[in-house]
Amino acid sequence: MSSALTSPAPRYSGVAIALHWLLALMILVAFGVGIYMSDLPVSPTRLKLYNWHKWAGVTILALSALRLLWRLGHKPPADVPMPAWQTGAAHATHGLLYLLFFAVPLIGWAYSSAAGYPIVWFGVLPLPDFVPVDKALAEMIKPWHERAAIAMMLLVLLHVAGAIKHQFVDRDGLINRMRFSAR
Amino acid sequence: MKPFLMSRLTLTLIVAVLGALAGPVFAQKLAPAQSEIGFAIKQMGVPVEGKFKKFDAQITLDPRKPQDGKVAFSIDTASAGFGSPETDAEVPKAPWFNTAKFPQATFQSSAIKGLGGGKFEVSGKLAIKGQTRDVVVPVQLTQTGTGAAAISTATGSFAIKRLEFKIGEGEWADTSMVANEVQVKFKLTLTGMAPI
Repeated sequence: MSSALTSPAPRYSGVAIALHWLLALMILVAFGVGIYMSDLPVSPTRLKLYNWHKWAGVTILALSALRLLWRLGHKPPADVPMPAWQTGAAHATHGLLYLLFFAVPLIGWAYSSAAGYPIVWFGVLPLPDFVPVDKALAEMIKPWHERAAIAMMLLVLLHVAGAIKHQFVDRDGLINRMRFSAR
Repeated sequence: MKPFLMSRLTLTLIVAVLGALAGPVFAQKLAPAQSEIGFAIKQMGVPVEGKFKKFDAQITLDPRKPQDGKVAFSIDTASAGFGSPETDAEVPKAPWFNTAKFPQATFQSSAIKGLGGGKFEVSGKLAIKGQTRDVVVPVQLTQTGTGAAAISTATGSFAIKRLEFKIGEGEWADTSMVANEVQVKFKLTLTGMAPI
């Protein structure tokens, strides 16, 4: 019935698609762990989750940098026809998401450093502190890591809602551009 | 009269000289506000430092006769902290220092060896949480000022294995999370010590 779904359309590059889904998964897990761990009493589980969360956050930061560089070098497919406000909203959402892919882990890193726990990536590579050890500063930074993460998840919801609308309401085949393989 | 005075003076001199030759027992005083005993551990590779806020020492050491010296420490285990309220609340509990049962950690020297250049090697028994182990502590001594105003600073560090002292029991015994090795570092400010 719908020819739009089966017609060959320009897609994101393989690297962009792989990074999109890998980061989507990592960000969801890191967010879930982050919410869960903060209410735990001091325990080995809490210590483990905090460190895994930090390692994941730094990995997300590094992969996001790679993703941004890739994106700058590889044009994404042209916009699917839709009202201008929707194109604008989609681009704004993408821009803010990219901003938060960097801001959320960086704020978390700063919080960890200020609290006196430098991050040692995967327990092996010590990362530098870019803020001083300062408990008052740590307490000031802490809520912003959470707020920024929640803002990012709200944007993710908006992003997913947009994709679902394109798939089931507009039926314009937009999400084929980001699938693992073309139909 | 005169001979008597002379003899008293002579006697005083002789006592003083003999005293100096025999090596008087110098008892040093610890200046707690200028002294620190800290420890460093690794949690999943992350270095974390803490310190003891309350401790006392009895030190009698003539740096020129270290073999006759004695060093004794008592450390208030409940004064240990990392500077973060959540962690500090755990430190006194049973798996860690169990301060209710073992309020003090102690060190008692058994032998002090001078290595020259203000370096010493203090061997002794370290007792924490009911466990006693032999340790050898390297100490670097430096001095500033002279006479009564002389200030001696003893610094050093040594490693212990926390599990030998049952520090971090049960689920915390896993050394992949909290390393077994603990670096103990100290800086002690002392007054009343004879010159090196």
